[in-house]
Amino acid sequence: MDALSWGEIILRILTQFIPVWIALIATFALSITLKRRLGLYGKLFDSPIGMVGFALVMFWVFTGIFGGAFDLITTHDVLDQSATMKNKGPGTPYTKLMGEVAPDAYPFYLLGGDNLGRDVFSRMVVGAWEVIKIAPFASLFAFMVGITLGLPAGYYGGKLDTLLSFLANLILAFPVILLFYLLVTPEIVLTGIPVYMAAVLFIFPIVFLVLLWNSRFHTQPGTRNLYVGVTLIVGLWLYSGIAWNADPLGLVSFPPNLLVVFVAVVFVNSPTVFRIVRGLTMDIKTRDYVAAAQTRGEGAWYIMLWEILPNVRGPLLVDFCLRIGYTTILLGTLGFFGLGLSPESPDWGSTINEGRKLLSLYLHPALPPAFALLSLVLGLNLLADGLREESLRD
Amino acid sequence: MAMFILRRLGVMILTALCLTFVVFFLTNLYPNLEKLAKTQGNFRMTDEEVASYLGRNGYLEPLPVKYGQWMGVLPGWTTTTADGTLRGRCIAPDTPPESAPRFCGILQGDWGYSTVFKKDVGEIIGEKLALTGRLMFWVMLLMVPSALILGVMAGMREGSRTDRTLSTFAITTTATPEYVSGVLFIAVFASTAVGLKWFKGTATSAMENPTFENFFLPVLTIALYGMGYIARMTRASMAEVMTAQYIRTARLKGVSFPNIVLKHALRNALIAPFTVIMLQFPWLLNGVVIVETLFNYKGFGWTLVQAASNNDIELLLAVSVVSVIVVLVTQLISDIGYVYLNPRISVS
Repeated sequence: MDALSWGEIILRILTQFIPVWIALIATFALSITLKRRLGLYGKLFDSPIGMVGFALVMFWVFTGIFGGAFDLITTHDVLDQSATMKNKGPGTPYTKLMGEVAPDAYPFYLLGGDNLGRDVFSRMVVGAWEVIKIAPFASLFAFMVGITLGLPAGYYGGKLDTLLSFLANLILAFPVILLFYLLVTPEIVLTGIPVYMAAVLFIFPIVFLVLLWNSRFHTQPGTRNLYVGVTLIVGLWLYSGIAWNADPLGLVSFPPNLLVVFVAVVFVNSPTVFRIVRGLTMDIKTRDYVAAAQTRGEGAWYIMLWEILPNVRGPLLVDFCLRIGYTTILLGTLGFFGLGLSPESPDWGSTINEGRKLLSLYLHPALPPAFALLSLVLGLNLLADGLREESLRD
Repeated sequence: MAMFILRRLGVMILTALCLTFVVFFLTNLYPNLEKLAKTQGNFRMTDEEVASYLGRNGYLEPLPVKYGQWMGVLPGWTTTTADGTLRGRCIAPDTPPESAPRFCGILQGDWGYSTVFKKDVGEIIGEKLALTGRLMFWVMLLMVPSALILGVMAGMREGSRTDRTLSTFAITTTATPEYVSGVLFIAVFASTAVGLKWFKGTATSAMENPTFENFFLPVLTIALYGMGYIARMTRASMAEVMTAQYIRTARLKGVSFPNIVLKHALRNALIAPFTVIMLQFPWLLNGVVIVETLFNYKGFGWTLVQAASNNDIELLLAVSVVSVIVVLVTQLISDIGYVYLNPRISVS
């Protein structure tokens, strides 16, 4: 078989992405039809920049879900090595040194093979899944920690604020890479420190939700008990599984090397969120509606969570998008230095690191993950820009 | 003002102390010490051999004691070896034990001994900082003016086509981490596969003899990532200034547009970017680590990676002290500079 020409490669790649195109078109058609009823999300579709950003982000989200979780887009297994495919260029027909090629195997390496003869295209697709399953959750956890600590620091001020700000600045004064090198090593996993850090960091979402329900419904004990009870049962069940790997039902668990990556990323991001929330709270707490709530005799947490927090959602949402992008960059950095994730993991950072070693001779293993990472982060930044513009408009 | 600076200095020292203690704690965890012993001795050491190596070299003392020794507030450890000679932290191999000082730590100006490079840490740090300083100098020289020009051009006519184009460019550069842009630059400008070969893909030779050919790519890679952010800040502040009343007055008086931008708007628009440029230093430090690894330029960032991956405790501590000082001093300068530049803010 002959190698494919560039036109055929592009055509075949576009064909492989068909599920993603369908999902993208469906999302856009649905959102644009209903955009007047969807609030801020709908307004996004008025801004061209926001739409481009959203399209880029959703492209990778769908690619991650279909390719990584459902195995639809990938053409070959990401760990399958073929000795004859080492460093072969894009569009090379798939061959094996030993044994027959399975009849239903995809006949080409669309973007070539890497230095171990693995399919670059499939690794790039599955790499999206590695990002999608960590970055948004890590950002969300960082936000929970930052909000739960930032609100009281900004609202009460005083000694609490001084202490928390000092701790936040302490973490921020670390060069991120030094922190990663100290935290994300197999030796540190042995000492169990990541588990303790996870135990501290992962308690914050539960604390946040309990405070949220309690401050709102403490006058209606029935509703309050229901919400707080459900939160505690589900939260503590997930908590025991994720942080301590001690789920009584044995359903939830977290691989230790993924946990350490997750913890490190949350740990690095939380102080920045803390500072943003603290600054916004200090600004908002002088407003009249806060004074009105104080006069009504509302509790401090009610004011923080139900008066101040909803009013800072715009800037926080924008920062959330940017933070997912930054987390993606951080995950890439970890992969680039070979920290945390296993060396054969298809995440983009590791693949770029592998590919750069032979960069002067072969470009194709390093460039696809590099462009993938670039386009996802760019999409998130554009999305944040679009959101900022639209939320400023009203 | 003096009070403000003094208090900031106090906080700085406290931060540096806490931070070095954290680094000290993490590097002195037993599995890390075991790794150190095995890389220094050999990889097939038994647990007893590891313990005896660590004991011989003073690694098994309690953590606060070791930290005090490193600081130079507690006397350095000493042990008597099997053949009766006295070994110790402060005793150099070729000097008699009697003439050795009792204290040797940071306070005495002794930064310790690097187990990876087999050299004095102070010497290594000085040498590497000079190399990285040169890199940073060129980065700043490229980054700051181009970012300011970009931001001012985009911000002086908000919403125009120039603004859209430049803003998109700025967003793209902030979305491109150094390990992506560096790889792209090497691929395009330095690889045989593309064949342009305008620049060199490594900067190792730039350590002795920096030329445009071997030094431009690393400088550009670092500068580009920071540039977008500064440019966006400048644009936002410029756009805000351009809507101010006094600009409208100047336009109505008939001042020409270039004059308005250069004489009336620029000075006020540059206050915010100044703070941002200062706060960029810690970020640049990250970029330096990535770029020095990518281009194999053996400076400060490269040393950090070597020290951290080999658990070279004293070198790593020195690296963290230096980087913390860089971060905190730039924060201080940015605060003070902000006060001086902006008459509306006062510290007292």
